[in-house]
Amino acid sequence: MRVLPPLLRRKPAVAVLMCVPLFALILGLVAYPFFHALFLATLNKAETAFVGLDNFSFLFGRQTFWMVVRQSLLFALVAVVFKALIGLAAAHAINTIPTKGQRKWRGMMLIPWVIPPALSTLGWWWLFEPTYSAINWGLTKLAVPAVPWLSDTFWARFSIILVNVWVGAPFFLIMYLAALKSIPGELYEAAEMDGAGPWQKFFHITLPMIRNIIAITTLFSIIVTLANFDIVRVLTQGGPLNTTHLFATYAFRVGIESGDIPLGAAVSLFMFPMLAILAFIILRNVRRRAASLA
Amino acid sequence: MDLTTGSTRRTFLKAAGAAAAGTLAAPYVQTAGSAGRLRLGVIDHWVPGTNEVLQQLLERWGEANHVEVTVDFITTIGNKLLLTAQAESRAGSGHDLFALEFHMVPMFKHRLIAVDDVVNDIVAAYGPIAELSRQAAFLDGAWRGGPSPVMNASAATVARRDLFLEHAGIDLTEWFPASDSRDPAKVDRWDWEAFGKAAAALHAAGRPVGAAISPVTDSSAWLAQLFASYGAAMVNEQGEIAADSDAVREALEYLTRLAEVMPDSVYAWDDASNNRWIISGTGSAIFNPPSAWAVAKRDSPDVARHLWHCDVPRGPAGRFRAFNSVFWGIWDFSENQSAARDLLRYVAEPEVVVAMLEASQGYDLPLFASHYDRTAVWAEAGPPAGGLYNYALRGDERTLTDGYPAPPEIAARISLQRVVPNLVARVTQGGESFDDAIGWVENELEGVLRS
Repeated sequence: MRVLPPLLRRKPAVAVLMCVPLFALILGLVAYPFFHALFLATLNKAETAFVGLDNFSFLFGRQTFWMVVRQSLLFALVAVVFKALIGLAAAHAINTIPTKGQRKWRGMMLIPWVIPPALSTLGWWWLFEPTYSAINWGLTKLAVPAVPWLSDTFWARFSIILVNVWVGAPFFLIMYLAALKSIPGELYEAAEMDGAGPWQKFFHITLPMIRNIIAITTLFSIIVTLANFDIVRVLTQGGPLNTTHLFATYAFRVGIESGDIPLGAAVSLFMFPMLAILAFIILRNVRRRAASLA
Repeated sequence: MDLTTGSTRRTFLKAAGAAAAGTLAAPYVQTAGSAGRLRLGVIDHWVPGTNEVLQQLLERWGEANHVEVTVDFITTIGNKLLLTAQAESRAGSGHDLFALEFHMVPMFKHRLIAVDDVVNDIVAAYGPIAELSRQAAFLDGAWRGGPSPVMNASAATVARRDLFLEHAGIDLTEWFPASDSRDPAKVDRWDWEAFGKAAAALHAAGRPVGAAISPVTDSSAWLAQLFASYGAAMVNEQGEIAADSDAVREALEYLTRLAEVMPDSVYAWDDASNNRWIISGTGSAIFNPPSAWAVAKRDSPDVARHLWHCDVPRGPAGRFRAFNSVFWGIWDFSENQSAARDLLRYVAEPEVVVAMLEASQGYDLPLFASHYDRTAVWAEAGPPAGGLYNYALRGDERTLTDGYPAPPEIAARISLQRVVPNLVARVTQGGESFDDAIGWVENELEGVLRS
């Protein structure tokens, strides 16, 4: 049998070695782009001079930017709430199905999440198309007035949230389903013997037992939802009246399409401190709850 | 212009073949670096069949000159052309020659090599380039691209002659005949007020006119020509914000009335929506090059035979047509700049320009006045016979680009940030007062002007 070199016989050394690819990926695909974006955000428009935080202070004076901030938060909050509620309801429903039949339901429910979002959103665009919407065609056949899905501010926001919920709810479903399956059945049996009803079991057993999963899933989803790009890009391009722009699409419009990369970098970095604070609070609570359970 | 001699749709391939054969036969002087490989990123043409002719011409030139030519056709839908250029310019890698719409030249000028020698030779051979086009590509004292043989186009009025006659009482074929015998009095009556009255009548008849008021190129183009015709500007020639003016208010007031008789969906239209709108037979007029007609000719001939291209309506300050000048620029990281220069000279040759004009069925407009006399495509394209005659500028229209009259760099940003469509939509859709909307646009323009 071949003998490993002394260095590789030490477990910490092997562990570090095996983590090198991961570190390389994080450095190359996360750390470098992040610090490069920070660097870009401190340059002037021509990227020839250091301007400190001028790009950020410039943004604070822009009406459109503050509108983007407000609608990004609105989009993320509404979409995450609906994804969480739908995911929880669907997870419960699937959890009640006998184990043998669950797989096909799980598979079907995951379809919206596994299709590339740009592709599925294109399908939605055909349904919402401004002039020849397939949904409106059906509505007019039923003598119901056509809905301006993408040309009216309210409906355009509704449409992008709807598609985001459709794409993202299965993520909640699968996470909640895994959490539900980890709850010991004895807890429910004991509660039933004590006369607990379904709602009491839900609020006093299910929710406390999956609270950490809910928190982490919500955190993940808020991050991903706030950073959403493809749905708005395909459906509305930020219109009408810029009222569906999110941080990412507005950063794209300003930075890439209009050639002001430093300002675009500043827009995209604006959500970083917000998300960092949110992540800190949620993860701290998760740790505390985990410690108290231990 | 003398358009008496010309050719038919059937002859374009012959012309293309002749152009390529001319190149094969001509005593071409091969320069030191003009062999090797040349990669082109050009615009995916809106008119079916045009890409193939261009590819054929370029490949034949490559074969004759021992250059391996690769052509990628990149769509402008979803700004893919701009995004590709942005990616290549930042990566310092990609195509050698890249097609640049007018607003892209200022954006990427720092990465485009000067081609003064090439353009000066072309100008010496074929006469001066259109002034508007010169302004787009002659930047900081140097030419940043050579004229593209394709995709130079303008946003004419494309109207259903049958519907205008039936519902608005306007015989467009008489007002804008397919000959030089225009009646000046009738042409003068073709102003925005007349267009608005016709639009109202057509709306009442269930056949509205339609033009995008959304964050897309088509929207910027037609609104630019309307604003200019009212003397309204966002930024003046000196680069100063000029949005708070009576002229802007007049244009907004007119658009408030016009938008009421257009479909609500215009606020979400993309660059293909107006084409679909007119091709479907529902719409009665759009502002566009003849791509809508060309596709209708293939897919909906009953609609195509009624489409009549004519001048843009006049406003108090004149009559303007938005014109997109396209240039082919050479990236500074190109490894075959010599061959790229040679190709720029080749695609400006009259045979190539005419071959592409006829392949595009008149969509492409030359950047040199002298090339207009080399084809009768606009007179002969059809059906309807003469329907494209007035797509080539025949009257008192002045050409402009989005962002007019601002300097090119600022005009490009006004166009790309869709400042004017958003301003208009805030009033016509959002119901904002003129003062509030103008206040918003001034705030936006501060961002456009920042250095």
